[in-house]
Amino acid sequence: MVNKNWSWIILILIFTVFGAFFVLPGTLAKKINIEVPQFLRKPYKLGLDLQGGIHLLYEADLSQVEKQDWKSAMEGLRDIIERRVNLFGVKEPVVQVQKAKDTYRLIVELAGIKNPKEAIEMIGKTPYLEFREEMTEEEKEEILKELRKQMGPKANEIPKDSPIFFKPTKLTGKYLKRAKLEFDPTTYEPEVGIEFNKEGAKLFEEITKRNWHKPLAIFIDNQLISAPIVGKDDPSETGSIKGGKAVISGDFTIEQARKLARNLNAGALPVPIKLISEEKIGPSLGKISIEKSIIAAVVGFLLVILFMILIYRFSGFLAGFSLLVYVVILLSLIKLIPVTLTLSGIAGLILSLGMAVDANILIFERLREEVQDKDNVEPADVDEAFSRAWSAIRDGNLTTLITCAILFLVASGFVQGFALTLGVGILVSMFTAMVITKLFMKTLIQTRLRKFVRIWIR
Amino acid sequence: MIDFIKYSRLYFVFSGILILTSIVFLSLWGLRFGIDFTGGTLLEVEFIKQRPAISDLRKTISEKIQSDFTLQEIGEKGVILRAKEISEETHQKIIESLGGEEKVREKRFEMIGPSIGRELKKGAITALVLGFLFIIVYIAFAFRRVSRPVSSFKYGLAALIALFHDILITCGIFAFLGRFFNIEVNTPFAAALLTILGYSINDTIVVFDRCRENLIKSEGGFKEILNRSLSQSIARSLFTSLSTLLVLFAVLFLGGETLFSFSLALIVGIILGTYSSIFIATPILFRFYKR
Repeated sequence: MVNKNWSWIILILIFTVFGAFFVLPGTLAKKINIEVPQFLRKPYKLGLDLQGGIHLLYEADLSQVEKQDWKSAMEGLRDIIERRVNLFGVKEPVVQVQKAKDTYRLIVELAGIKNPKEAIEMIGKTPYLEFREEMTEEEKEEILKELRKQMGPKANEIPKDSPIFFKPTKLTGKYLKRAKLEFDPTTYEPEVGIEFNKEGAKLFEEITKRNWHKPLAIFIDNQLISAPIVGKDDPSETGSIKGGKAVISGDFTIEQARKLARNLNAGALPVPIKLISEEKIGPSLGKISIEKSIIAAVVGFLLVILFMILIYRFSGFLAGFSLLVYVVILLSLIKLIPVTLTLSGIAGLILSLGMAVDANILIFERLREEVQDKDNVEPADVDEAFSRAWSAIRDGNLTTLITCAILFLVASGFVQGFALTLGVGILVSMFTAMVITKLFMKTLIQTRLRKFVRIWIR
Repeated sequence: MIDFIKYSRLYFVFSGILILTSIVFLSLWGLRFGIDFTGGTLLEVEFIKQRPAISDLRKTISEKIQSDFTLQEIGEKGVILRAKEISEETHQKIIESLGGEEKVREKRFEMIGPSIGRELKKGAITALVLGFLFIIVYIAFAFRRVSRPVSSFKYGLAALIALFHDILITCGIFAFLGRFFNIEVNTPFAAALLTILGYSINDTIVVFDRCRENLIKSEGGFKEILNRSLSQSIARSLFTSLSTLLVLFAVLFLGGETLFSFSLALIVGIILGTYSSIFIATPILFRFYKR
C-alpha cells in the first residue's frame, strides 16, 4: 500500500516537472535563462488586449433579407470578410458572427496589425451592389405626392428618370460570381463586366424581362452608377437577358474600373454593414501588461506558499506542492484547449489560486481539530479531516461556479474569458485539494513523521 | 468561546453607517463610468518629441470635433482625448492635425457606440440579478436539513443581505474614489463585482456550513451553537482572506495599470466579504430566529 502511494507521488512529481516546462511562459523562460526543449514549446493563445491589435464590431443591416435567411446571410458575410481579412496576412484573424437579441453583428479581430487604417478601409468599404428597377406609374405618383407635401410645387420639376423613382429588386451583390475589367470593343472605354451565379442569372433574366426596354439602375453603395436601357440594341418587343452576364459602364477611368472590379470580386457584401465599435490596442501597452501580470502572478504564488508554510508548517509545505501541481494542470489545460488569455482571464486565474488555497486551509483546520489533543497523527484522522471539510468546499465552490456559469452565458467578450478561467480554475482546485493533497498527506503520514503532531498543524 | 452575537448591535451600527455613507456618495456623485458603460471615444497618443500646450491642442481638436470633449495630460508626453462617438474619418483627421505619424504615436483608440455601452450595462445588471436568484435557490436546497429553528431559505436571505452590504459599500467607496481620485469604472469593475459576489457567498456558506453541522450534531441553544460555529470558523476565514489578499496585493502593486481598479475593487470586496460573513450574516440569522 505504502509503495503504491510513493510510486504515484513520484509519477506526479515527474509529470509536474515536465508540465512546468510546458507551461512556463516564453518571456519568463528567457528572463531566467531556461531553455525549453522544442517539442514542449507551444505558445499561449493571447487575447487582443495582450498582444495588441484591433477589434472591430460591425452591425449588419438585415432589413432587406427575410428572417429565415438571416443566419445564412450572416454566414456568407462572415466568409467574405474573412477572405478579405486574410489578404492582410494576419496570423489567426478572428471573424465571428455575434447575435445580440434582434441584431446580428460581426466581430473582426486582427492581432499585431501594423496598419489599421488600411484594414478598416478595406473591410468597411466593400461596395454594396444592387440592381433597382423602375417603379410603376402608381408607385411614382405615391412618391411624388409625398414630395409635394414636403417640397411644394418644386416637386414637379424632378426629372422622370431620377434615382428616387427606382425600387430595389432582389438582385444584389450576393449573386455575383465574378467581375472583370473589360474594354468596350468599339469605344475602348474601360468598363466592368459582371457575371452572376446560377440563381443570380435566373433573377437577372426575370428582371430584365420585366423591364425590357426600360432602364435598369445599377447602384453601388446607394449611389447610382448607371441606368442602361435593357435590350437597347435589340429591337424585339419583349425579351430578356439570359446567361447572367452584364456590363457596368459609366465613364470610368481605367483605375476606377479596375478598383471597382477588384472590390466587387473580393466579395460583394450580401448585406451592408456599419462600424459600431472600434478598439485599437497599441502593442506596447499590451506587452508591458503581460510581463507585469506574469511577475505579479508568480510573486503572488510564492507569497501564498510561504504563508501556508508559516502557518501550517509541514502540512503547508505539502500544500505548496499540491498548489504547484494545481498551477501546472491549470495552465496546461489553458494551453491545450486552448483558452484565449486576456488580462481579465489572468486575473481570474490569480483569483482561483487564492480559492485553491482556501480548500487546503479548510482541510488543515479540520485536521487541527481532530488531532490537537493527540500524540500521533493517524491516517484515519486525515481521512476524517478531508471528509468533513468536503461539505464546506463543495457548497462554497459550487455557488461561485454558479456565478461563473451565469457570467459565461449572459455576458460576452472578456467577461466570458474571466468566467471561463475562474470556473476551470475552481474545478481543478477542488481536484487537487481533494486528491493530490490527500495523497501527499496520507503517504507521508505513514512515515515516522506522524509522531510529531506539532509539525502538521498550527 | 467568544460571544460574537452579543455585540450584534455594534456591528449593525458600524455597517449601517458605512451603508448610509455609501448610499449618500452614490446618490451625490454616482460611479465614474468609463467608456465601456457610457459609450464614446477614447484616444491616447504620445508625442514623440515635445508635447504641445493643452490650450493649443484644445484649439486644434475643436476644429475637428463639434461636441464636448476632454483632454487629459498623462505622463510626460502623452495625452488622452475623450469625446462622444466620432467616425473613423474624424479619427484619422485628428491624428493628422496633431502632426501625423511623424509627430505623434497612437497608443490606444477605443470607440464604443452608445448601443454597446447600454448593452454592457444592461448585461452586467442582468448577470447580477440572475446570480442572486440562483444563489438563493441553491442555498435553500443545500440547507434543507436544518430548516429548524430557522427555515432554510432564511440562510440564503441572510447570505444575500451580507452580499448586498458588501457590494453596496464597495460601490460607495468607488463613488468616493471616482469623485476625488478620478478612478473610472469599466467592465473589469463589473467583473470584479461578480467575483465579490461569488467570494462573499462562498465565505458566508463556509461559516453557515459549520452552523449547519453543529445544529445537527450538538446540543445547546441557537445562540450558543452560532457562537461556537463562529469561533471555530474565524481562523479559517481570516487565513483564506489573507492568502487571497496576498495574491491581490501582488497584482495591485505589480500588475499592469488596467488591473489596478480591478484588484482594488477585489481587495475591498474581499475584506468586506470576510467581515460580513462573521459579523453580519450570522447575527442576522440570529435575529431571524428571535422573531
